[in-house]
Amino acid sequence: MTATTDARGNQGLRAERVSRTADGRLVLDGVDLAPAPGSTVGLLGPNGSGKSTLLRLLAGVLAPASGVVTLDGDPLAGLNRRDVARRIAVVEQQADTQVELTVLDVVRLGRVPHRRAWTPASAHDERAVQEALERTGLTDRARQSWHTLSGGERQRVQIARALAQEPRELLLDEPTNHLDIQHQLELLNLVTDLPVTTVIALHDLNLAALYCDELVVLRAGRVVARGEPREVLTEELIAEVYGVRATVTCPEGRPHVRYLGTLS
Amino acid sequence: MTARPTARTPAGTEPEPATSPVRPARGVRTARRLLLVVAAAALLGASVAGAITIGPADIRVGDVWSVVAAHLGWGSTDVSPIRDGIVWELRLPRTLLAAVCGAGLAVCGAVMQSLLRNPLADPFVLGVSSGASTGAVVVVVLGIGGGAVSLPAGAFVGALLSFALVLLLSHSLGGSTDRVVLSGVAAMQLFSALTSFVVMTAADAETTRGVLFWLLGSLGGAGWTDVWACLAVLVVALAVCLGYARTLDAFAFGQDAAAALGVSVARTRLVLLCVTALLTAALVASAGAIGFVGLVLPHAARALVGPGHARLLPVAALAGAVFLVWVDTLARTVLDPQEVPVGVVTSLIGVPAFVLVLYRTRRAG
Repeated sequence: MTATTDARGNQGLRAERVSRTADGRLVLDGVDLAPAPGSTVGLLGPNGSGKSTLLRLLAGVLAPASGVVTLDGDPLAGLNRRDVARRIAVVEQQADTQVELTVLDVVRLGRVPHRRAWTPASAHDERAVQEALERTGLTDRARQSWHTLSGGERQRVQIARALAQEPRELLLDEPTNHLDIQHQLELLNLVTDLPVTTVIALHDLNLAALYCDELVVLRAGRVVARGEPREVLTEELIAEVYGVRATVTCPEGRPHVRYLGTLS
Repeated sequence: MTARPTARTPAGTEPEPATSPVRPARGVRTARRLLLVVAAAALLGASVAGAITIGPADIRVGDVWSVVAAHLGWGSTDVSPIRDGIVWELRLPRTLLAAVCGAGLAVCGAVMQSLLRNPLADPFVLGVSSGASTGAVVVVVLGIGGGAVSLPAGAFVGALLSFALVLLLSHSLGGSTDRVVLSGVAAMQLFSALTSFVVMTAADAETTRGVLFWLLGSLGGAGWTDVWACLAVLVVALAVCLGYARTLDAFAFGQDAAAALGVSVARTRLVLLCVTALLTAALVASAGAIGFVGLVLPHAARALVGPGHARLLPVAALAGAVFLVWVDTLARTVLDPQEVPVGVVTSLIGVPAFVLVLYRTRRAG
């Protein structure tokens, strides 16, 4: 069991027995999640298993039908939305806009929850934006138009925007979809090196095994397995959850999945 | 060159790197901003003064200044009483109302386009103008209110009723932005039909002409009351919208992204829809439905200064004001002594300009 409080005794972001229905169907059913501060938690599961819904509950964009999401012990529902956005940043699967924005414009959006109405950006705002650009290697491209970027670059810009929020919790919903393998690895390297608590929904089991400290597997809105990658990613679990035959080997301490075919 | 503001950075704070690709130093920015504000005010003042001199009566810019100064109590004027009347009672309020309407419509358009994430949204998309026209014809043609209610008052009430209907409808349909647009379009159709129905069945030729002129947008009847009323609403609305400038920026990637950035989406939408609807209602009540300014000028302003609302909103307001001042001057002089409704001219000029803007942004993208 990993520690669930940081050095200051803060509990960070926690979901306790959260449920959520959509159109009368239970999409999340009593899920617990308590990522250890600073760790990277991977959410796995087939489409429609509730990964995105769980992330939206954690971000406070959706409210749970039952159960509670807490930030350092306080229910998210009782907190100011701006205060939440200063702590928790979200990167969507694929963000797009019709507005003519530059990379810099997008990254500056990360300062929205920190800024007051009618006042210009502070030196601290500017510094946070600069640091986010540097960390993501985008300083030289600050003036480039969003619409000229490739999918991988756009996700990098969204991560820079999330960093400009100066969050302690970062939530990512399948951020590597639509990316080629090099950009997938780059992005995951970037994200897992950040000094924040990260919850990331992923499709690729091998990437999840490589980059995550803890995996949580969902099926039909329930947690069916959780723990370190090598405890979780077993041939039995993959067969049960995905309906896929696979062999799992464990070179260098990280499991590796080789798919053999569907079960049926 | 020795007194560059960067040299005065107080000790203990980090000076911004001189090679920063992002922004010049704070002092330079403030100075530049101040210069822009002064330049903008000068452009608007010159446009208003210049527009007043154009027309059948021969009036010079000097006359305009001296009349205005005299009425503000800064000395006396040697301009004849007739010319004084033309400037102070006719052309000045009309030109100022043009500026206020242009500014207001452009601000409404900029806000609605960002809020509804729809580049075709304009101040009338909420059904405000069609509701106003129904209110106006009901008062003028059917004589409801027994003459005690004026056309602008009828228009204002009609605009608010129509907007309330749109809000109610979009709320009951789920409240998403495309529902707001659809509800607005539905209300527009309904109230346009009602207006036509009332005009066709009850109005005589003379009344029809008068109502039609107003429906197409006209600044001909402008008086000082209109100017002050619209200016007051504009100032308040612009202040509120500027307060929401960052929030509007956050809508670029959609409502969910805005919510994740700490924006209370429902509250923001309600406040800004109400503010823009009120402003539009006030403008339409005074000047009729002047089309195209709210649709096109925000795009032109975006092409000039980019999408950030803290800059976009004031620039759109200025562009709209200058644009409508000159278009109205054209409308009242081009077929002299006949007057063309200003809304007709805005569309005739606006459509080619719009196409040009679209073409340019297509090439840039």
